[in-house]
Amino acid sequence: MIKHFFKKLGFSQAPFAGGIQPNMRKETEHSPIEVCPLPPLLIMPIKQHIGQACSPLVAVGDHVLRGQKIAKAEGYVSVPIHAPTSGQVIKIEDYAIPHPSGMGLTSIFIEPDGLDERDETLKPIEDWQHTDVSALRERVRMCGIAGLGGAAFPTFIKLVQDQRNPIETVILNGIECEPFLTNDHRLMVEHSQEIVLGMQIIMHMVGAKQGIIAIEDNKSDAIECMKKAVNHDDMGLDIQVLSLPTRYPQGSEKQLIEAITGKQVPMGKLPMHVGVLCQNIGTTHAIYEAVILGYPLTERVVTISGDAVPQQGNMLVRLGTSMRFIYAQRGLTDFDGLQILHGGPMMGERLRHPDIPVIKSSTGLLALSQDFFREAHPEEEPCIRCGHCSEACPIRLTPNLLADHCRNEQLEKAADYHLFDCIECGACSYVCPSHIPLVHYFRFGKGQAAQVRREQNFAEASRQRSEFRDTRIQREKDEKAAKRRKVRATHTPTEPNQGKE
Amino acid sequence: MLIHLSSPHIHGGDSIRSQMMSVIWALMPAACVSVYMFGWLAVFQISSCMLACLATEWLTLKWMGRSTSPLGDASAALTGLLLALTLPALTPWWMTILGGIFAIGLGKQVYGGLGYNPFNPALSARIILLISFPLQMTTWVIPLHVQLSGLNLYDISLAWTLFTSGIAALPQAVDAMTMASPLGYVKTAWTQGIDVNTALQSYDYSYLNAFIGREAGSLGETSALALLLGGIYLLARHTITWHIPASFLATVAVLAAIASTVDPNHYTPPLFHLLAGGLMLCVFFMATDPVSSPVTPVGQIVFGVGCGIITWSIRTWGGYPEGAMFAVVLMNCTVPIIDHYCRPKVYGQARKKV
Repeated sequence: MIKHFFKKLGFSQAPFAGGIQPNMRKETEHSPIEVCPLPPLLIMPIKQHIGQACSPLVAVGDHVLRGQKIAKAEGYVSVPIHAPTSGQVIKIEDYAIPHPSGMGLTSIFIEPDGLDERDETLKPIEDWQHTDVSALRERVRMCGIAGLGGAAFPTFIKLVQDQRNPIETVILNGIECEPFLTNDHRLMVEHSQEIVLGMQIIMHMVGAKQGIIAIEDNKSDAIECMKKAVNHDDMGLDIQVLSLPTRYPQGSEKQLIEAITGKQVPMGKLPMHVGVLCQNIGTTHAIYEAVILGYPLTERVVTISGDAVPQQGNMLVRLGTSMRFIYAQRGLTDFDGLQILHGGPMMGERLRHPDIPVIKSSTGLLALSQDFFREAHPEEEPCIRCGHCSEACPIRLTPNLLADHCRNEQLEKAADYHLFDCIECGACSYVCPSHIPLVHYFRFGKGQAAQVRREQNFAEASRQRSEFRDTRIQREKDEKAAKRRKVRATHTPTEPNQGKE
Repeated sequence: MLIHLSSPHIHGGDSIRSQMMSVIWALMPAACVSVYMFGWLAVFQISSCMLACLATEWLTLKWMGRSTSPLGDASAALTGLLLALTLPALTPWWMTILGGIFAIGLGKQVYGGLGYNPFNPALSARIILLISFPLQMTTWVIPLHVQLSGLNLYDISLAWTLFTSGIAALPQAVDAMTMASPLGYVKTAWTQGIDVNTALQSYDYSYLNAFIGREAGSLGETSALALLLGGIYLLARHTITWHIPASFLATVAVLAAIASTVDPNHYTPPLFHLLAGGLMLCVFFMATDPVSSPVTPVGQIVFGVGCGIITWSIRTWGGYPEGAMFAVVLMNCTVPIIDHYCRPKVYGQARKKV
């Protein structure tokens, strides 16, 4: 009631708790998506999503076509990987993947033959409205689609119809709240029709009646384009375009749901438990391509930006393209003293070198100069308990108190302070006047807790093993004793024996 | 250089220094009023107190073998300014400097420096001074009377004499220029059985004077207007939030309103409470000191209400006429437990079943 009154007065501009308003630096928002040329070599790591890694289906020397499955999914939370172009498999070995540690993973090296021939086995599903929902779901899985917003969670898992938790609303996440990134923005401007069609497919698949395309108000051209595309459509589905005030981290699934519906996803539950499904713009476009065109996921839009990039812009890049090759397309060849980021500046990873392939989760490639970085990372100073971190936290944690518990490795206390609810959005670190790397401490705490759990499991397992061994030995002893007694009972003991004892 | 691999890779640009500087800027109206009211005497008090704080900070850091870079964060300068503004204009120079040493040495550095002090450093020093030197710490100069008595505090040499030699230099002037503060006067009257209204009339109390700062009081505590301006600036700059000031002021006002409605002859009215003594300074600048106040919004409200109750109780029933600073320091002790029990409900957390 009071909230409503304040809303009427225009006071309540906060759609969800906390949040920050960083300098968005969307310098590439008007750069059309350009097609990145084929690189001389494509490197496909066998894991580009959250979940289990794939296992290679091809051998060295095999000729592959674009869209041909080259690695098959293992387990449920996994999606296959496809050749990004036609060419020859020249080797399969470990190669660096986008990870701050610089660690490697089995990768399939493909030398393009330049013909870019497509594998035509997957046929378009034109009559998708009358196609079985499970067939569409299988298509999405087969095409290797994982969330293209950065998390890369296998998309088909979310596209289910559950009788107990029917999905009423599909939210299309066009928020793109990370500074610098504009790949979703450009997709919405240039491919609005396809995205709306993709959204209709999703709504059909989950049986949703309402669709909301949520876009932050700093992308007015995208809002207009999407509105036009929605009006143009004649499917008769209830789809509306919603403009939300710009605020980080509104693009986070749970925060977006809170901002739009006012509902919070209960702890330990999923968006579908409040009747909502969120999909990323790029993912929706990929679903359109998979269903309507029959194309597996072999390319994505990447924003190349940052103060060290001479020609910032957006590019349609084949998965597996080396970042160095992409930077070179934008005029950046000398990486001396530069910091390279994979993803946005708030949640992205810092990479050690640019000789790393683009994968399904690569939303952006940033190159920032040393000055820019030093500004962001001065020395850590003591916490003055100003509470700005608590105000900025979209989960309503108390980051400074939580960081203390993590630093002191008081893991039980940290868990009590909801360490595991932290989404690592970085809003707290961003506002901290003492420059405390709060998120870093939370990651440390989570890692330590995982380690403790592993050790506990190990200890528990060895305890059980040793107990089992003890009982086995005891049992064997008992059995032996019983046997002896039996033998003794049959051979009646003689008198002298008794006397001896 | 440390290699930061962990996100986020950008920062909002806020720093401890900018936080402290915004509080110093917010204190400027009050500092200017004090200079206007008490002339050079205020300049000497403020600058000597700030210098004492900075010197103590530098010496203690050197002594402990730590880096002296925290000197640049302006926190010691802020403590000095805050402490000076709580001192009476006629505080002898050595007491001012002692106060600065207490504030930084005993109030802050013994606990481990900035961020670790459980109590507000300026207030703890002020309390040490008040308990140690009750006479000097309650000898208030009335700005209005200074001009009437023919003493010109804008005269730098006279002010210097008063600052260095103290009251003893001009004993005949002291009676003319000093007086009990309104709070102290009313309290004394009350113990003598005089009712509140008569006491205020005989004191020649005026709400307007108290608001703009022409009643007797410490250097920076007299003008509620200047302190309000500073407080509004801090709220607008988002250095502090509304929770502590609002709950603190509201609690004092509500308690005073209830009591004075029940027995107007015995209890002073709410507006008198709000404008009197060091309340405004404590509300906007002491209680909101980030280090020694709670982090969570609910905790801040609990803290503010606690401060309000203790302030009003000490003013009404306590041995001292003013209780705001004791209230803040007493509530400072409760901060860890308040923070523990007033954590906000996190996203998606179910409401606790009663």
